[in-house]
Amino acid sequence: MEILMSIVVGVLFTSAVYLILSKSLLRVIIGTALLSHGAHLLLLTMSGLKTGDAPVLLDGVTSYTDPLPQALVLTAIVISFGVTAFFLVLAYRAYQELGTDNMEEMKGNESND
Amino acid sequence: MINLPLLPILIPLLAAVILMFFPKRIKAQRFISLLAIGATIVASVVLAAEVKANGIQTVNLGSWPAPYGIPLVSDMLSVLLVLTSSILTFFVVWYAMIYMDEKYESFFFYIGVMFLLVGINGAFTTGDIFNLFVFFEVFLISSYLLIVLGGKKAQLRESIKYVLINVISSALFVTAVAYLYSVVGSLNMADISQRISELGNTGIVTVIAIFFLMVFGLKGAIVPLYFWLPGSYSAPPIPVLALFGALLTKVGVYSILRTYTLFFTQDTGYTHEILGVLALLSIVVGVIGAVAYREVKTIIIYNIVVAVGVILYGVAAMTPASLEGAVFYLLHDMVIKAALFLLVGIMIAIAGSSHLKDMGGMIRDYPRIGWTYFVAALALAGIPPLSGFIGKLLIVQGGFEAGDIVGPLLVLISSLLVLYSAMKIFMNGFWGTPKEYHGAKAKSANRLWVPAAALVLIAIFYGVGTEAIRPFITMAVEPLIDPAIYIEAVLKE
Repeated sequence: MEILMSIVVGVLFTSAVYLILSKSLLRVIIGTALLSHGAHLLLLTMSGLKTGDAPVLLDGVTSYTDPLPQALVLTAIVISFGVTAFFLVLAYRAYQELGTDNMEEMKGNESND
Repeated sequence: MINLPLLPILIPLLAAVILMFFPKRIKAQRFISLLAIGATIVASVVLAAEVKANGIQTVNLGSWPAPYGIPLVSDMLSVLLVLTSSILTFFVVWYAMIYMDEKYESFFFYIGVMFLLVGINGAFTTGDIFNLFVFFEVFLISSYLLIVLGGKKAQLRESIKYVLINVISSALFVTAVAYLYSVVGSLNMADISQRISELGNTGIVTVIAIFFLMVFGLKGAIVPLYFWLPGSYSAPPIPVLALFGALLTKVGVYSILRTYTLFFTQDTGYTHEILGVLALLSIVVGVIGAVAYREVKTIIIYNIVVAVGVILYGVAAMTPASLEGAVFYLLHDMVIKAALFLLVGIMIAIAGSSHLKDMGGMIRDYPRIGWTYFVAALALAGIPPLSGFIGKLLIVQGGFEAGDIVGPLLVLISSLLVLYSAMKIFMNGFWGTPKEYHGAKAKSANRLWVPAAALVLIAIFYGVGTEAIRPFITMAVEPLIDPAIYIEAVLKE
């Protein structure tokens, strides 16, 4: 199971890198979203996907899955939510001000050359 | 008194929460933020005295025993860094009060600075690797706010790149933590260190070490991961730039220093060799950039890359002398970079331009600013009575002790070129024929000088009073040389 998940994570990372290297800003943001999906899935996978009950304390259950990575993923998810929301608004503002979403056109130093 | 290490994090956090209720009342914002930073400085001084007297202070949050809860660990290194960053923030905020427009200040500027301080102090103090990630995000998100606040075209353009780079490096940080957790099964830094040393020299630990070098290298701007820095740092206004230049990259450097002396000590022949080579490359590239440009902000920005290289070279050499030099130089560089950015900011405020071709002869109307800059430039290069000397001396000495010749020589040559780049600003900006200036803020130049001069004064005291500061630095270096001290302090009982 871990091998399958690792391959899935690899595919996510590959797509993310491909999208981040593209010209359109929106594709770049989609790429960062895929990248954080990949990282979160990897965090869950690397702690082991052994079968066990959900980490809720109940009578008669002896084997639980590891609760720590789930807490870590939850933290990482809200952080990447916040950052993605900020990034999307930033992209929207940049589109309004600069009039382009093409990363190639967002260069130059007209102020200080 | 047991909760003392928490105070430098809690005080600015509380202040930021209070400030959020009345963002438009600028006078109250200014007063409360200065008060809060002042209180943070006092708390750090008390904490430093406590650590000096009683050794490493740890707090297990929620009273969970060591490997299970989140510990906050204040050893002398982290206390000194917390103290330095709080002092810097104090003077930069003072400068910002004079420099910034009121409209700018009323859009959550001080709240952003407070959260930046929370994140930085937290990152220096935490003893848990995932908590370090969270504190990284705290100061990164505040830095996103500060870099884009104002919404000029250049700021929007550059902050997109800055945010993108940091999102990627954060995802890599999570990945690296995931790998480390699967290998050692712990997040507590002392516990990780112990388990890695039980594990011995395995390939996967070396891979994770390089992974962490990539993550922290992206934050700390080492070659070849520095490419985002010159563009992004030239976008925000000067006080924000001074905060970024003095603090943000240094957190990356501190993290490399911590992980490479605590975790990855098994296969130093490989990992520290790579770190050393990259550090030397950073020196070379930074020096080339500093010499090449005639734009005052960019010159100082490339000097950040040089300093990061010098400090990390000291870390890579791993001798007691070079580690001590690295800590000395780290503290010196935070102070002097902030001072230089503030002084260069005054020049820009006077000239209304950041290019040397628009400056000249400023010494005639602004002699105080000129000579303060001159002293700061000498301190940056490491001229003996001033602050940069002892750190570089120890790093060079440590490099020779480690049997390296190229490294120490490169460090020495870089000092010369750093001095050239800083003097270039002095000779072209302050000497020469006076030009006409149309800076809108020229009137406040002499008031802006006060906080900048205070920082230069601190740098002078740091250089002259080396003998008084040395015991603190020696104490800070002890756990770096012998991780067992750190582990014992955290995992006691």
